[in-house]
Amino acid sequence: MTDTTLAQAAEEERPDGSGPAGAPGPGDPFDRDDLPAPRGATGALLRSLLAAHRARVAGAVLVLLLKEGAVQAGPLLVAYAIDRGVPALRAGDHGPVVAVAAGYLLCAGLGGLLQYVFVRGAARINQDVLLDLRGRIFRHAQVLSVDFHERYTSGRLISRSTTDVESLRELLSEGLQELIGVVLSFVSISLMLLWLDPAIGAVAVGSFVPLLLLVRLYRRRAGRVYGEKSTAMAGVIVKFAETMNGIRPVRAFRRERANDTEFAVLNRRHERSNGDALLEMARYVVGSRLVANTAVAGMCLWGAYRVAGGTLALGVLAAAVLYMRRLYDPIDRLGMFLNSYESAAASLAKIAGLLAQEPGVPEAVAPRGLPARRSGAPGREVVFEGVRFAYRTGGEVLPRFDLTIPAGQTVAVVGATGAGKSTLVKLLARFYDPTQGRVLLDGVDLRELATPELRRGVVMVTQEAFLFSGTVAENIAIGRPDATREEIEAAARAIGAHEFITGLPDGYDTDVRKRGGRISAGQRQLVSFARALLADPAVLILDEATSSLDVPGERAVQRAMDTVLAGRTAVVVAHRLSTVEVADRVLVMEAGRIVEDGAPARLVAGDGRYAGLHRAWRESLVG
Amino acid sequence: MPEKPLAPESSPPGRSAVRTLLRLWPYVRPVRVRLFTAAAVAVVASCLSLVIPLVLKWMVDGPVADRDPGGVWLGALYLLLLGVAEALLFGLRRWLVARPLASVEARMRGELFGRLQRLPIAFHDRWASGQLLSRGTTDLMLVRMFLAFPLTFLVVNGVTILVGYVLLLAQDPALGLVLLTPVVPLVVVCSLFESRYALVARRAQDQVGDLTTVVEESVLGIRIVKGFGRHRSQAEAFRALTALLRGTELTKARLLAAIWALITLLPELAIGAALVLGTVRVADGELSAGTLVAFLSTALALRWPVESIGFLIAMSQEAATATERYFEVMDAEEETDHGGPGAGGVPVRGGAADGVRFEGVSFRHPDAPPDAPPVLDGVDLHIRPGETLALVGGTGSGKTTLTALVPRLHEVTAGRILLDGEDIALMGRERLRSLVAVAFEEPTLFSASVGENVLMGADAGAGEPELRRALAVAQADGFVDRLPEGARTQVGEQGLSLSGGQRQRLALARAVVGRPRFLILDDPLSALDVHTEARVEAALREVLRETTALVVAHRPSTVMLADRVALLSGGRIAAVGTHQELLRSSAEYAWLMSGDGKAGADGRRDGER
Repeated sequence: MTDTTLAQAAEEERPDGSGPAGAPGPGDPFDRDDLPAPRGATGALLRSLLAAHRARVAGAVLVLLLKEGAVQAGPLLVAYAIDRGVPALRAGDHGPVVAVAAGYLLCAGLGGLLQYVFVRGAARINQDVLLDLRGRIFRHAQVLSVDFHERYTSGRLISRSTTDVESLRELLSEGLQELIGVVLSFVSISLMLLWLDPAIGAVAVGSFVPLLLLVRLYRRRAGRVYGEKSTAMAGVIVKFAETMNGIRPVRAFRRERANDTEFAVLNRRHERSNGDALLEMARYVVGSRLVANTAVAGMCLWGAYRVAGGTLALGVLAAAVLYMRRLYDPIDRLGMFLNSYESAAASLAKIAGLLAQEPGVPEAVAPRGLPARRSGAPGREVVFEGVRFAYRTGGEVLPRFDLTIPAGQTVAVVGATGAGKSTLVKLLARFYDPTQGRVLLDGVDLRELATPELRRGVVMVTQEAFLFSGTVAENIAIGRPDATREEIEAAARAIGAHEFITGLPDGYDTDVRKRGGRISAGQRQLVSFARALLADPAVLILDEATSSLDVPGERAVQRAMDTVLAGRTAVVVAHRLSTVEVADRVLVMEAGRIVEDGAPARLVAGDGRYAGLHRAWRESLVG
Repeated sequence: MPEKPLAPESSPPGRSAVRTLLRLWPYVRPVRVRLFTAAAVAVVASCLSLVIPLVLKWMVDGPVADRDPGGVWLGALYLLLLGVAEALLFGLRRWLVARPLASVEARMRGELFGRLQRLPIAFHDRWASGQLLSRGTTDLMLVRMFLAFPLTFLVVNGVTILVGYVLLLAQDPALGLVLLTPVVPLVVVCSLFESRYALVARRAQDQVGDLTTVVEESVLGIRIVKGFGRHRSQAEAFRALTALLRGTELTKARLLAAIWALITLLPELAIGAALVLGTVRVADGELSAGTLVAFLSTALALRWPVESIGFLIAMSQEAATATERYFEVMDAEEETDHGGPGAGGVPVRGGAADGVRFEGVSFRHPDAPPDAPPVLDGVDLHIRPGETLALVGGTGSGKTTLTALVPRLHEVTAGRILLDGEDIALMGRERLRSLVAVAFEEPTLFSASVGENVLMGADAGAGEPELRRALAVAQADGFVDRLPEGARTQVGEQGLSLSGGQRQRLALARAVVGRPRFLILDDPLSALDVHTEARVEAALREVLRETTALVVAHRPSTVMLADRVALLSGGRIAAVGTHQELLRSSAEYAWLMSGDGKAGADGRRDGER
């Protein structure tokens, strides 16, 4: 009875809730780390990030403008000093020189002050944008389905929220200043040159044409390279995280050398794209410098020729020459900007791809509340109404069925791996939504419940008993963040976890990460039960949640269900029939269908599948 | 949830950034020729930039003043040649370092990865993997950027400034001296800035590491977050952490803004003074207008190198703290092969089949508080050759810890463990681990095919027949054959995800595929349904017949695999015997196996100690 349905087993863990599930293949967007984002999503993301800061960006631009003005006044003062100051001095007039001195003092002071204001202001914008972006990535990832995360992996998400965000940081912290500075100095110096001498100015403006062509070429090539680099980095991170999280088996099975080799391949791929990116930059620098220096030589020739011919004042040429040198100073900075821009664009495209993923189970648009409980009892009624569940790709996991679980009933679901038990309870916990039909909690469709309301109603304890960084008490408090220490301890006591917790070095305040390796799998399952007790839900789902507990631990859980959780509606998926024995009702599933349904005693007495299971289990309990 | 830094140890500040950065030398050494050549090229290129104003001066004072068109052409030609040379040199510098810098970064990352794989498990227990990861990513990027820019340009700009000053002094000593005045205050300010910036930079990097940890946990614990509807509070915790990072970054920005403003202001004041003084002297006829233009042009050309010092120092500081973080991991003691604590014994009867012996084995975690009782306190146990021994004990009694001592994932604190008479502390880990195979409580699959995951447990020569046999033992052949690509299907983090029971069976197959002399199974059947469990047990019996095995058991059904049972309680072996014997003689055992009886209460407390 097991093997016929095992084919589905592999798929069962990830029925499609969120879209791109399906067998991984070479063209899989997950493997290429290239989730599709709608056209223009990258630009839209950047704009929406900056939108909130429009006023401050404008302020920063203004400050920078003033600062550039103060700085660019230097050569003008030089021209003034030579053309006016010198003759005036010779004539005994100190006025112009004093004016130059005052002007320079003013410009220098302003330059320094504005620099200070700008750096701080820009950092504020920058950090607020990053805060916003990190928050968006994190919040969105939390909303996405479990299946999505199984495919996307923690490594990629880490890559998105650290290295990719980091490249935006570079763009904003240096890039914004570079870009504004570059544009400002191009514009202001060009204007200055045009004003000093239209002919020389025209040459300067003309030189922008080849520069712009170069920029376009560079952007096209660098965009490709940076996309590849970001993907390669994510690959490195995934392998790194996987190895560190599975360090015990890595050690025990002497995987170190094989891992070194595999990591080297990924690392090498990143190294190559990294080098490619640096080389693209080198090409751009050579090209742009050549254009710039040729233009300077041309302008000098032209100007000098005209001074020699007497059509241009010497002071004007001197000033023009100084400005010319400055005109192209920002060329390297433009390169740096383009560099960080392309890098950030590649990263933003990946982030936009992530943010474009639709959550498999969207939040209710107009959430409804649960009705007041019908009786005084804490449980609620669960109804599966014409529910059918299939992968988006078509494979049917649960054919259409109806099921009513009255408030306060404890239902056990048994069946072989792949029979659809987990899918059934995941529909109830709204990890997925049914393909057809509705799941109702006291008559309200789960899809219409706001998340907090849903989680007060239904809580699921799974087999994976993960502990977050923090203390044991904090981990239990995930069940109800506003719980007091007394309530936390009461929950731990009720489940029989209090003894081992008080035996830890700092009791409830023991940091599980520091001693994470010291809390056994069974103890972790007890902690996750304490969480569930604390959450105090109307419907409790246990999905193979007792697998690592020893017999006394299992008994403690059963006792807690009899006492603390009495009156709640409970759905228990278990292999161990000891857990099932306490149920009011047993559902036996096979190939996605409920094939037996009844009180355990009645089923045992019959000759159906449950009776067979029960006999096998009895035999396993020798002693 | 975690709002406090998770980095277990950070060295106190006050170390010299230069000394820290010097530790990069072994990695830089292989590319030193290119790196130094690039620096030299950059110096030459920058000097060319300084020469260009001199050509301009020559043009203005010479051909232009003399109305000599030919001279003007010549000057322009020089300018063009210098310009072309400058451009090519700039490009050459970047071309020289592009590949080498990427390779330095990659090599450091590769060595970090290799090192981390070989550090004791206790190290990994202490360090959040996010902190390790951020060292391998953002920190190494900072190091590469340091080698690419600050390192070169601190040198280049330093030289440029020196040469510039020489030129300035040569052109006009008095004006040159005026420009020298801001140097002393700038040096003082920079060194003040440096030490304060280092502190903040380190804090920011540690916070990035914590952030990485939270992101990773949010994915690893996604089912809990969803099951309890806690994504809001998770997001709030994350937000608090990012807000903290924002604060630190803003402090950094404030420091940077201050230093940058001063570095902009002081030289500019000096240039202004020089301009006024110069104008006066031109008026007095002591100085030619051309000289003044050239002088100021040179001074203005120096503005960028001077201004850049501020952020170059900032970047160097960040690189220094990144290097420090990197070496915190690299300096950690690797597992050594000989002379672990508890070594010193000689093989009793080396080679002869003697099974596994635990002799007075004690274990306490290396970082446990000194007053905490040891986890294991004098364990004596003999598993006879070919025997299967079940290990039973209360939750948290140290069963898993005991099993981890055999393949030396942890080192015994006292006592010794003998495999066939040979002290494991004296064996090479490589050889030891080739003799002992483990199926862990938490079955981890790696991103590889099913076949590769299973064959990890065997020697290189193993192939299809071994794989089939192992899958059959674990009753995994049925579902594996139904996977889209059979045993070639990719699983693990980057592949198809399997159910707990399926993962557990593959982990079991991995443990038995190499026909190990010694087999350790940690609660190997917990996630299996009754029918599958029965079939796996039947097949496993065959395997256990030909190997010496230690099986951690929570349930009678698992105990039935074993010839004898040992009860672990209070850090010691409280009783050894057959299942039936122990049921009769040990109240604690009876309680653990059936959950009945009051007697268990004491035993349990013992077990928890």
